[in-house]
Amino acid sequence: MAEFLEFRDIKKSFGAVQAVDGVSLTVQRGEIFSLLGPSGCGKTTLLRMLAGFEAPDQGRILLNGVDITDQPPHKRQVNTIFQNYALFPHMNVRENIAFGLKLAKVSRKEIDERVDAMLELVQMRDQAKKRPSEISGGQKQRVAIARALILKPQVLLLDEPLAALDLKLRQRMLLELDLIHDEVGITFLYVTHDQGEAMSLSDRVAVMNSGKIEQIGTPIEVYEAPTSSFVAAFIGDTNFLEGAVAALADGDYCRVRMPEFESPLLCFNDKRLSVGNRVYLSIRPEKFTISREQPQPDRLRNMLQGKVEDVIYLGNVTKYWVRVGEYRISVSRQHNRFLLDEQPIRWEDDVWISWHADDGFMLERYSESDEDLLQVPPETVFETEEEPEDSSQDGEDRR
Amino acid sequence: MSASRRSLFPVAMTALVLLFLYIPILVLILYSFNDGRFSVRWDHASLKWYRRLLHERAIWHALRNSLLIAVTATLTSTVLGTTAALALHRYRSRLQKVHYGLVYAPLVVPDILAGMSLLLLFVACGVQLGMSTIYLAHVSFCVSYVTMVVLARLQDFDVSVIEAANDLGANTWQATRYVLLPLLLPGIVAGGLLAFTLSLDDFVITFFVSGPGSTTLPLYIYSMIRHGNPPLINALSTLLIAVTFLAVWGSQRLLAKQRKDG
Repeated sequence: MAEFLEFRDIKKSFGAVQAVDGVSLTVQRGEIFSLLGPSGCGKTTLLRMLAGFEAPDQGRILLNGVDITDQPPHKRQVNTIFQNYALFPHMNVRENIAFGLKLAKVSRKEIDERVDAMLELVQMRDQAKKRPSEISGGQKQRVAIARALILKPQVLLLDEPLAALDLKLRQRMLLELDLIHDEVGITFLYVTHDQGEAMSLSDRVAVMNSGKIEQIGTPIEVYEAPTSSFVAAFIGDTNFLEGAVAALADGDYCRVRMPEFESPLLCFNDKRLSVGNRVYLSIRPEKFTISREQPQPDRLRNMLQGKVEDVIYLGNVTKYWVRVGEYRISVSRQHNRFLLDEQPIRWEDDVWISWHADDGFMLERYSESDEDLLQVPPETVFETEEEPEDSSQDGEDRR
Repeated sequence: MSASRRSLFPVAMTALVLLFLYIPILVLILYSFNDGRFSVRWDHASLKWYRRLLHERAIWHALRNSLLIAVTATLTSTVLGTTAALALHRYRSRLQKVHYGLVYAPLVVPDILAGMSLLLLFVACGVQLGMSTIYLAHVSFCVSYVTMVVLARLQDFDVSVIEAANDLGANTWQATRYVLLPLLLPGIVAGGLLAFTLSLDDFVITFFVSGPGSTTLPLYIYSMIRHGNPPLINALSTLLIAVTFLAVWGSQRLLAKQRKDG
């Protein structure tokens, strides 16, 4: 059976820059599919090629089994929501929304009905007579959505649609987009550099880096089971540990020898590696448990002893950087009890960190440059900097 | 104290400069309403010279020539200038700077050079001097002004609205007709009005390329000064100033409106 939307080995360069470098992916009907990546990774170029604003140097784009690669934009049954909305400033809200239908030579009566329905959907009924310059950013966003959806496109393309809005409005529009998607059931192709947007909205995410796709999967898959160091570091935060498989254990697990640590670490061996293979582990900061006392030994938990080098209190969580040998391991801890009752762990405390063997995830591809994406504070920290708010007593001693 | 003295200087300078610029024009307008035969002495106010204007057939013939040339040259140069601006804005060629320079050059070349070179060209080509040569000459410099004005508008223009139009089903012609032109229209009209006033006013270039029977208003006014009827010129000039002022004011209004919308 033919796929709903398919990119086949797409390549595109601008001068010397290879913007998209051999991308193939398929999108199912009705899903919200996100292209996630840093700026310049080629995600917007890919979207613009689907809209028809750019032509690929190589490769084909198929929609509903039909090759649309050579169709001009106005012939394609896809509509775009632009980053800056691109509303027509000389038309009011109603005229903006009706634009596509007027071109399609739809009867006046039907235009009026459908525009009214759209105004209702995006809650802009009261603003229909206003010009784009007279409405707020969030409202412009809604008009852009209505203007694109009224043509009942096969795919709605969203190019960083929330980038121009402030945080609270962004969160609200995100919910609204989700509701609208439930309402109309159209396939969304969503381009963003914001992992939070992609994670919360998407059915599936394609993580892109320098023109290539790093990984495609559900939000849970790309977060919990990243295949490359880039995905692990770009989405959320993580720690990278390097070692080699020393022994197989209990069938599904293996022991990984790290030159830094005395005893090998136990790790889930989902990649079926054999003894002697090099591995890179990614362990998310929140997977660690941090404590002053040595935790009860557990067959499936790894344990390391270290010293707290940095503490950043963020309210709902505190981030710790724990020195273990040559590594500075990032650990985060949630405060689900009143913080002052917890006897918080402070700077220079000796601590134990432990984690379950399943939470150290083996990476298929590793690139050292991805370590720059990690949220690591500088090695030398002045004493008065980065103090947690609750350490006023300690702070006075040190000053 | 020193602060107020400092702040007085720019005010005084501004006043002096404005006086220097506008006193001659004000005097001219004032004396166009003077009843006397000689401009130096004020008799009493009257519309005598305006009435006299009505009966000067040669003036109306010259005005007709001027308007004919101004209108045709404006229309031609508005179309050419707008397309030139679109081309300069959209396409990036290796000769971009050269193209821009070619369009920009007529704005800085002295009129007398332009007039002379056009005359040489027309003579070399064996073209009969007259209305058509004046028209061509005016188009040649008006195009540059229109291009510059429209190009300036295009600089603030958000290209993504054209893409949005295409995306919503508009082909190139429809996107141009329903989105690009309406948004550019104030700039185009402003450029056209500028071209119109420049063409109506032009003396130097017209002087070189005019022929028998193609006397324009500025040329006629110049000849009237030599034959001496100053009050009549005053009245005519006042009318010209009024027309020019209205055109410039209109173009400014349109530009300001577009800035507000954009």
